[in-house]
Amino acid sequence: MIAYIIRRILYAIPILIGVNVITFFLFFVVNSPDDMARLHLGDRYVTQQAIDNWKAQRGYDRPLFWNSEQRGLEQFRDTIFFDNSVKLFAFNFGQSDSGRDIGSDIRQRMWPSLAIAVPTLLVGLLINISFALLVAFFRATYIDVWGVVICVVMMSISGLFYIIGGQFLISKLLHLVPISGYDTGQEAIKFLILPVLVGVISGIGSGTRWYRTIFLEEIGKDYVRTARAKGLNERIIYYRHVLKNGLIPILTGVVVILPLLFMGSLIIESFFSIPGLGSYTIDAINRQDFAIVRSMVFLGSVLYIVGLLLTDISYTLVDPRVRLES
Amino acid sequence: MALPFDYVLLKTDLLFYLLIAAILLYAWYASRHEHLQAPWREVVRKPLGMAAAVVLGFYLAIAVLDSVHFYPALDETDSSGQTRYATEIISLFDLLAGTLREQQEKTYSAPFATHLYGKEMMEHPDGRTYRDYPRLEYGGAHLDDPGADKSADLSRRVLMGLFEGLIVWGVIIAALLLLLSRKYCRSIRDSFVLVLKGRTPVPWRVILSALGALIVLTFVCINLSKGYHIFGTDKVGVDVFYQALKSIRTGVLIGTLTTLVMLPFALVLGVMAGYFRGWIDDVIQYLYTTLSSIPGVLLIAAAALLLEVYMATHQEDFESLVLRADMRLLFLCLILGITSWTGLCRLLRGEALKLREVDYVEAARAFGVSDTTILARHLLPNVMHIVMITIVLDFSGLVLAEAVLSYINIGVDPTMESWGNMINSARFEMAREPIVWWSLASAFVFMLGLVLSANLFADAVRDAFDPRIRQEMS
Repeated sequence: MIAYIIRRILYAIPILIGVNVITFFLFFVVNSPDDMARLHLGDRYVTQQAIDNWKAQRGYDRPLFWNSEQRGLEQFRDTIFFDNSVKLFAFNFGQSDSGRDIGSDIRQRMWPSLAIAVPTLLVGLLINISFALLVAFFRATYIDVWGVVICVVMMSISGLFYIIGGQFLISKLLHLVPISGYDTGQEAIKFLILPVLVGVISGIGSGTRWYRTIFLEEIGKDYVRTARAKGLNERIIYYRHVLKNGLIPILTGVVVILPLLFMGSLIIESFFSIPGLGSYTIDAINRQDFAIVRSMVFLGSVLYIVGLLLTDISYTLVDPRVRLES
Repeated sequence: MALPFDYVLLKTDLLFYLLIAAILLYAWYASRHEHLQAPWREVVRKPLGMAAAVVLGFYLAIAVLDSVHFYPALDETDSSGQTRYATEIISLFDLLAGTLREQQEKTYSAPFATHLYGKEMMEHPDGRTYRDYPRLEYGGAHLDDPGADKSADLSRRVLMGLFEGLIVWGVIIAALLLLLSRKYCRSIRDSFVLVLKGRTPVPWRVILSALGALIVLTFVCINLSKGYHIFGTDKVGVDVFYQALKSIRTGVLIGTLTTLVMLPFALVLGVMAGYFRGWIDDVIQYLYTTLSSIPGVLLIAAAALLLEVYMATHQEDFESLVLRADMRLLFLCLILGITSWTGLCRLLRGEALKLREVDYVEAARAFGVSDTTILARHLLPNVMHIVMITIVLDFSGLVLAEAVLSYINIGVDPTMESWGNMINSARFEMAREPIVWWSLASAFVFMLGLVLSANLFADAVRDAFDPRIRQEMS
């Protein structure tokens, strides 16, 4: 087991290097620091002097990969690649283009993101599983047919409409909770209710439909038929057999997104002006802050790879039949 | 000879034509091969799927009309007697929509309104000034007394639309019945009864109902839009109905071109990885794992920033707004394709892994058939059902993604009509008093129509093509 985990972690390293090289090429080779400076300084007719200053402030005036003016190891270390990409491996994100420390920003902003993402995930799972079980229980009746139709309709509505509709209905018409904003401590709860609610509702359509097929697949299996032949009543079959076995693919499917919860939700956070990592990313995109976007790309990839690793491990934990070697 | 138009071929237009040609080619090919015909015959028999297909057809038709671009000729000629062309690129759809495009008001106005949204200072003929809602320039301008005449005028137009629509529908039904009775050698009366009772193998009753509803709706809208702004006007007075219709092309193009862009990569790499195994497999797996581990939105954002920089440094290449928007649309399709091909590639690799062990492939290898021939003749045709299912399933997701991306400003160009841009502007309109709800509502209706019908059609296609589901049903 431990040997397997170590091998998987080693396997992740070339992928991370790949991600790093891709982002480096996107941000420094495809468009040069000169272009970035020009975009940031805004003016088309900006002087070369101003561009050089901007680059020098951020250390972008050094060579890309190889600094021949230095000696020894410094030839490699005093370059843009080392400073901006290699250091990411140590989670040293450096400074944003506007001069703030990205690492401390991230540490501070991940809590609001988690405060939204974790309840959304848990409540959403609970609701989706119950709905799916209900629909599967009434399979091949009108409840099932209409349940699926409602799911498809809910899937077909863009998440933006849920957010705008929720804000309008609950905050503007009914005045139940504030439209947007965030606060620390106990006060945060009233700001969190609406985003969580919207997040859960917008996920019901696809979630319920997906889990329903999982449960139906379980119901069609031989052991359920055996249980029925034994004379077990339907309720026990559902709770003791179908639900338990159906949870395996559902929960292992959830594991992969667990680490990504840190990243928060881009849209919900920016709509509700919650100071999490999602709105941080969006702000960076809008302000064209390359350093932040680069860090978030790297962080997101790391978390995704961790998620894949956790998924594989959780498979082996819940289902001993899965062999690690293959 | 001077043409009445100067044709322009945008890059996305070209790709869209290619896509349509590919679809037609596939249809022609499938109609000659029984194993491809069979699942499609099953799709055609599903009532819900076919009703969705009719709606999709309407959207697609508008997208095609909107993809033929040209500079219209102006009335005047220049000094050497040559026809002069307008500087603005318009499409065939704009030509048909005609008045809809040109009838621009000053600012917001509600659906079917005759007066502007906000009060303005106006002058009486005798010189006194007062504040009131001014009349619209076009919406209901033909009415002398809007308060009294409007409802009568509206119902007259609706009735006219109903009447015209029913006539067209009737003609289509008659033509269909004629064809059906020819094909099965029945009397027209018998065909009519069969269709009416829903006893035909192809659900003609459902198809015709959906078609009828859409045709009548179209004619009612045409009639109404000649005198009113059906969905009101937006901040700068552009008809919202026209905007929503123009957005169809953006949505459909993103949903289809993205697939067209990614398909060759996913197909070739996925099948090769599964078939050759070894180091080729390792390299391809490494490639798609790396790409898929970068969060899609961030990769798109990074690419959008790059394009911004590129366009800022190459301004001379994008002198026209349409060309600029077109470039951004194409780039968005490309980058969406790059982020979304990995899923299909993984599926295809898995399928190819299974197929290479199948007896007929081993037999072919034993006979000394070359790898390329085995790939082309035995593997590719047998993974096509996965490709088909993925294409239709991805479509609706891509249309929804466009809205979200445009909202974060990394989607299509802000000057381009798209549902995402409409929703984006609606954010601030909802905060107005009284609220401006019509932009949001029309984006909602049009988007729901496209995405819902795409989802329903995708379900029908998946049920027919997925061998696992087919086994369960038989």
